[in-house]
Amino acid sequence: MLAYIVRRLLLAVMTVWAISVLSFMIIHLPPGDYVTSYIASMSASGSAVSEGEAQALRQQLGLDQPITIQYLKWMGLMLQGNFGMAMEWGRPVSDVIGDRLTLTMVISVAAIIFTWGIALPIGIYSAVYPYSFLDYVFTFIGFIGLAIPGFLLALVVMYVGFAWFGANVGGLFSPDFAEAPWSLEKIWDLTKHLPIPAIVLGVAGTAQLIRIMRSNLLDELRKPYVMTARARGLSEYRVVMRYPVRVALNPFVSTIGYLLPYVVSGSIIVSLVLSLPTVGPLLLKALIAQDMFLAGTIILLLGVMTVIGTFISDLLLMWVDPRIRFGRE
Amino acid sequence: MQTSTKPLLSVRNLRTSFFQDEGTTKAVDGASFDVSPGKTLGIVGESGCGKSVTAQSILRIVDRPGRIVGGEILLTREDGSQTDLVKLEASGAEMRSIRGGDIGLVFQEPMTSFSPVHTIGAQLVEAVLLHNEVTPKEARRRGIEALRSVGIPKPERRIDEYSFELSGGLRQRAMIAVALSCDPRLLIADEPTTALDVTTQAQILDLLRKIQQERGMAVMLITHNLGVIAEMADDVVVMYLGRVVEQGSVDDIFHDPKHPYTKALLQSIPSIDSAPRVKLPTISGSIPHPFNRPPGCPFHPRCAAFIPGRCDAAEPALKAVGDGRQVSCFLYE
Repeated sequence: MLAYIVRRLLLAVMTVWAISVLSFMIIHLPPGDYVTSYIASMSASGSAVSEGEAQALRQQLGLDQPITIQYLKWMGLMLQGNFGMAMEWGRPVSDVIGDRLTLTMVISVAAIIFTWGIALPIGIYSAVYPYSFLDYVFTFIGFIGLAIPGFLLALVVMYVGFAWFGANVGGLFSPDFAEAPWSLEKIWDLTKHLPIPAIVLGVAGTAQLIRIMRSNLLDELRKPYVMTARARGLSEYRVVMRYPVRVALNPFVSTIGYLLPYVVSGSIIVSLVLSLPTVGPLLLKALIAQDMFLAGTIILLLGVMTVIGTFISDLLLMWVDPRIRFGRE
Repeated sequence: MQTSTKPLLSVRNLRTSFFQDEGTTKAVDGASFDVSPGKTLGIVGESGCGKSVTAQSILRIVDRPGRIVGGEILLTREDGSQTDLVKLEASGAEMRSIRGGDIGLVFQEPMTSFSPVHTIGAQLVEAVLLHNEVTPKEARRRGIEALRSVGIPKPERRIDEYSFELSGGLRQRAMIAVALSCDPRLLIADEPTTALDVTTQAQILDLLRKIQQERGMAVMLITHNLGVIAEMADDVVVMYLGRVVEQGSVDDIFHDPKHPYTKALLQSIPSIDSAPRVKLPTISGSIPHPFNRPPGCPFHPRCAAFIPGRCDAAEPALKAVGDGRQVSCFLYE
């Protein structure tokens, strides 16, 4: 059991390192660097940047050094907890990301709670009463949810919210609170704004989860241990909830790992449409500007989140499934 | 079989069908038999003849789309009154107290009869708590006792283990312990030894016999293995395509089989005295799918004593032939 944890931990560290190399390489793949795109944007606004200035800027940012040196320097900074400067913003990366990361987490968690809260009961119902009228209804709605792209749903929800309810649907805060320091009122304001992005982000996942839960549970319901539980005289509710549902839930635990990055990266366009102050739009901007410190940090953070999430779900799975705990299939 | 004491369980003309898109499968089609208190009734037949569905019907746990469509299942209660299980609500309180309380079930798959993510104890103690007004501590004590009574070594430790930590034989013992934990008056054992190796089979059968003698409990033993029947049963019911074709004491059935199907079954067992290098007789053809049940006697296409114009025209009824014996065949009408 300890060996299992240690092995997972070692693998996690290796994976994080591999992600750092990959994310660094990906950022360097497009031709040019931050200075090129800086010059382009300056000339677009009418002012020219001389060759000398550009060279000086490259030197100042360390962009003139070989790529391996750049990587090592970056890693060195990372290890000290310093994520470098966001070039475009002229502020430390941690400053730029900080709040947005928290809000991203809040929205993601809200979306996940929505997804699970809706999908699991419906999935259980659909499996216990397969091919019933309501099962078909849920399947129909579920597939529609799966088929509609998130940004379109966001637009529709915004329109409906604005036209029929007069709600201010964009963003996560009312204008009064957007720049205000954190307070109880601001948190309440955030809570009121949360449902719409959570639902929009959660709908596709909900449909998927319903299908997975339904088929998992249908398989489990046919197993003999369900019949023996019934033969013991348990009530039907307890038979279903205590045994097959419990077993069918195990695969979900292992999805916790990639849920977070999935929600973050899947939400970029939705976040733009709903003008949510999350990490997604920031990443997009940083990639366009070739701001390697900012983009690199975000990609690396997403990677690390996945790895940590997977590690946690491995531990959880070990806790809920004795077959893994004892190293059996 | 017709003794003065009331049978513990009396199945009358039971019919259970599965309603599927392709059509209706009559898995059990008019089965009748009695289980006497303290006796072992063996139910024998080929795969797909409705043995297991009969057991599930008695416990009212037939899976959808199956449903009991007719007949009676009369259970004699401890006060002597009779309850028709068919009339009870399948998931109602009374049926649930009978399930696991009055009637215990042992299944053929010890591998998958326990939940893989719960300990043996969790499932055993749960049954005890459900049918008895006891504290969890007392329930656990009884659980350990039940495991000990079926010959599981170190029951104090085994109770907290998972089913996959036990061997097949121990698992089946644990299954029996769960079924016995609430002192049922009838134990239904559905192919209890089919998935086990021969040595373990013998041990489990010994255990069942020992427990039955100690507790004076009735056992309904479902198997396709005539050897097991010969060793265990007092009375035998032979089923074919959802019907009882012959019923009698174990001696009668083995030494003087009446129905051609029973005769054919017995002939197809290799004997130590049979001539070497001679092909073992088999029953020609295979069991028809319940969809296209032959008209008349369901066994007539495979029967050696087929009477044309009679057997394929009408269905014989189960009739008494001599002392406590019943057979459904035109040869005896």
